Amino acid sequence: MVQLTLPKGSKPTTGKVFKAAPGSKDVKTYKVYRYDPEVDADPRWDVYEVPTGDHGPMLLDALIHIKNTIDPTLSFRRSCREGICGSCSMNIDGRNTLACTKGWDECQSSNITIAPLPHQPVVKDLVTDLSLFYAQYDSIQPYLQSDEPDPEKERLQSPADREKLDGLYECILCACCSTSCPSYWWNQEEYLGPAALLQSYRWISDSRDDATQKRLDDLEDPFKLYRCHTIMNCAQVCPKGLNPAKAIAETKKLMIAPGRKKQAA
Amino acid sequence: MTHPNPTSGDARDDQTGRFVTQPNGHVRPLSPHISVWRWHITMAASILFRVTIGAMTVAALIALAWLAAAAAGPDAYAGALAFAGSPLGLFIGFGLTVVLFSFILNGARHLINDTGAALTIKPANLLSAIAVWGPIPLAVLFWIALFATGRVSL
Repeated sequence: MVQLTLPKGSKPTTGKVFKAAPGSKDVKTYKVYRYDPEVDADPRWDVYEVPTGDHGPMLLDALIHIKNTIDPTLSFRRSCREGICGSCSMNIDGRNTLACTKGWDECQSSNITIAPLPHQPVVKDLVTDLSLFYAQYDSIQPYLQSDEPDPEKERLQSPADREKLDGLYECILCACCSTSCPSYWWNQEEYLGPAALLQSYRWISDSRDDATQKRLDDLEDPFKLYRCHTIMNCAQVCPKGLNPAKAIAETKKLMIAPGRKKQAA
Repeated sequence: MTHPNPTSGDARDDQTGRFVTQPNGHVRPLSPHISVWRWHITMAASILFRVTIGAMTVAALIALAWLAAAAAGPDAYAGALAFAGSPLGLFIGFGLTVVLFSFILNGARHLINDTGAALTIKPANLLSAIAVWGPIPLAVLFWIALFATGRVSL
């Protein structure tokens, strides 16, 4: 349901300000969402002033610098630092992206807001609970389902059929797209969201998979698929340059393809 | 899956256990969404479509009032026409034509998108920009035509 304001206990208050040393050059200001369930009743915005010369080029470098030298209590997920693990996804400068591939010089101003992925329950600081997101990925059965007996070697696929998976298989499940989607914000318990639907289409498009009609049947529901209203935030923010909106539109086209009929459950 | 209630602290309806009571006695806070988001033109076009649907409903009520005035007799109809020709009436009329063109352009955008076309970022941004900004010049041209042909005058 649409609720434009945050519920009680979720509205961030004004927090601490960590000033840069006097005379520091090229100072960027990071306004960071903070919440510690052990001690805080409400979340807050802490402000860190950091000279850009103190750390590397990416937002993740700035966050690690803040944690190492200014405030060791800051929590965030990170691992590969090269845009392949999807751990450091967060809302930076008003858009979801990966902190490790976003340069601080790419941000709109020198006051950079860093918040957790939007409209998710916050575990601590920039760490959100993505268990629903993963449950939704699980629900689309993201594995090959074939009626053919197991071959002795691999299942063969023509280069043309393999090409159909380009732009689909590269998803790293960072949740930037799903948590950017207003439809997902308002209906995330019923709408599967861009990431799960992109992966659903990845298996629907796979020439080796024989469960296409069953997969479409599973999505034929007023909410699971059809809450996509082509707002396009998913494609706009995907750090891997993928396009869930297009995949969802293609799935909708398959739903109304001639001859398709939903099987009785 | 059912709706969790982030404010109640009652995790019974939340099958994922995301909104469980924390050591501080509160449920997990909901992270900020619309208040931190920097909008894309596609998002603006989408929300504007919702707004125009609401405004078109008002337009339908105005059209109904006009029909009711015509049904009520010559005097009531003359009154309705006099209001429609007044500066306020013309202003409302201009606003409704902006809304109508917005509705048409956004509807066309959705029609194109529903065929699977223009769903990459550049064409989607272009179509959205047309849907957001296009109604104003179109409505101005429409009213210039109305004044130029003498159908409306101040």
